[in-house]
Amino acid sequence: MGWLFRFLSSSIGQKFISGLTGLFLISFLLVHLAGNLQLLNTDVEAAKTSFNAYSHFMSTNPIIRILEIGLVLGFALHIFYGLKLYFANKAARPVAYATRDANANSKWTSRSMFLSGSIILAFLILHLLNFFVKARFGGEEDMYTLVVEAFKLPYYSIFYVIAMILLGLHLNHGFQSAFQTFGLLGKKYASVIKGAGVAVAVIIPLLYAIIPLYFLLGIGGK
Amino acid sequence: MNFKLKIWRQKNSKDKGRFVDYTIENVADDTSFLEMLDILNEKLIANNEDPVAFDHDCREGICGTCSLHINGRPHGPKPKVTACQLFMRTFRDGEQITIEPWRAKSFPVIRDLITDRGAFERIIQAGGFISASTGSAPDGNAIPIPKADAEWAMDAAACIGCGACVAACKNASAMLFVSAKVAHLGKLPQGKVEAKKRVLNMIAQMDKEGFGSCTNTYACEAECPKGISVANIAYLNREFLKAGLS
Repeated sequence: MGWLFRFLSSSIGQKFISGLTGLFLISFLLVHLAGNLQLLNTDVEAAKTSFNAYSHFMSTNPIIRILEIGLVLGFALHIFYGLKLYFANKAARPVAYATRDANANSKWTSRSMFLSGSIILAFLILHLLNFFVKARFGGEEDMYTLVVEAFKLPYYSIFYVIAMILLGLHLNHGFQSAFQTFGLLGKKYASVIKGAGVAVAVIIPLLYAIIPLYFLLGIGGK
Repeated sequence: MNFKLKIWRQKNSKDKGRFVDYTIENVADDTSFLEMLDILNEKLIANNEDPVAFDHDCREGICGTCSLHINGRPHGPKPKVTACQLFMRTFRDGEQITIEPWRAKSFPVIRDLITDRGAFERIIQAGGFISASTGSAPDGNAIPIPKADAEWAMDAAACIGCGACVAACKNASAMLFVSAKVAHLGKLPQGKVEAKKRVLNMIAQMDKEGFGSCTNTYACEAECPKGISVANIAYLNREFLKAGLS
């Protein structure tokens, strides 16, 4: 196990875990999104029945309970190493430059992973308290009504959309950055991976953001 | 041309340091940045003041000694040049120019604009070499090397170790430097023998020196006076993962 300890105490090893858990969390985003899209069903009764059956399954099924441990670990490691590397990187430059023209050499989104990640984390905590806790521990059966009512609140929906924009920025840099850390961003695949990263960063948050807007603007849920 | 200079002055590594303003007049537009500092220093010496200490050696862009952070960018605003190859015509007449040393925990300031880049030397000592038996030179084509590998190694070998990558990086990461050295040696058959040991030891030393980690902003590539590509960092990561996980 000495090799694993050495690997995880090196900067590249920690970034490797960060990238790997990041990609794993994208798989979670996709599964969660598939569930959420049921809310867009124009037949309100059918949407309510299917969404409530789905949330009942997700909060009670024993297999989901086991997978949930992996998900919590994925989040925990991603956040832990993200913070650890962020503070180590801050410490690497104790005296700041008086003038620094960072936009001349790099993109703002690539330099703002801590900021976008922190806002996404704040959103995640609020989101868990509003929905997950109620379904998982509160025995809430009518999640459809709970979600739709929340989405009709402007402050909630707007924060949701802002969080999705930041998620997009986070994914835009994070996706290709993970492949660079794995050493896979060679000349041959770089354009494919960067393209896939942009697609992931645009499509996933956009589909998520459509749902609260659908209810906020009064198009659905009547 | 006339300039307003704002230069970092610091007596020694213990001193807190501060900016001092100077004005310099009648500088010819084909004066190099370092020659401009020479003119300033002659003036300071004539006035019995301490000259500004700055690193310089070859003054032809190949040694990697000059290390000035000019107007917020390592080696100034022009891409792919060192400060010694930067000419005053790049700036506007009357412009204020801010000059700072490289800022990184691993590059402590010794005096004014001079930093101690010994951390790079120690990374090289940890594995940036090929152990070869000395003696007469081997026959040129005795070891076949694919053209693409030779080209890559040659491009990576262009790294002059100036530290602009560390200076530009928001994390003060040395990954571009280390990756250039690892690729320059590891891409060649003579360097493959020690590849695993090299990458593990160099990364361990890099972390020990207190450099930050790479978050792939690619600021280093944009500021590198020799145009070292971040493809080298992907190669370094690949080599490290191979060595670390096998």
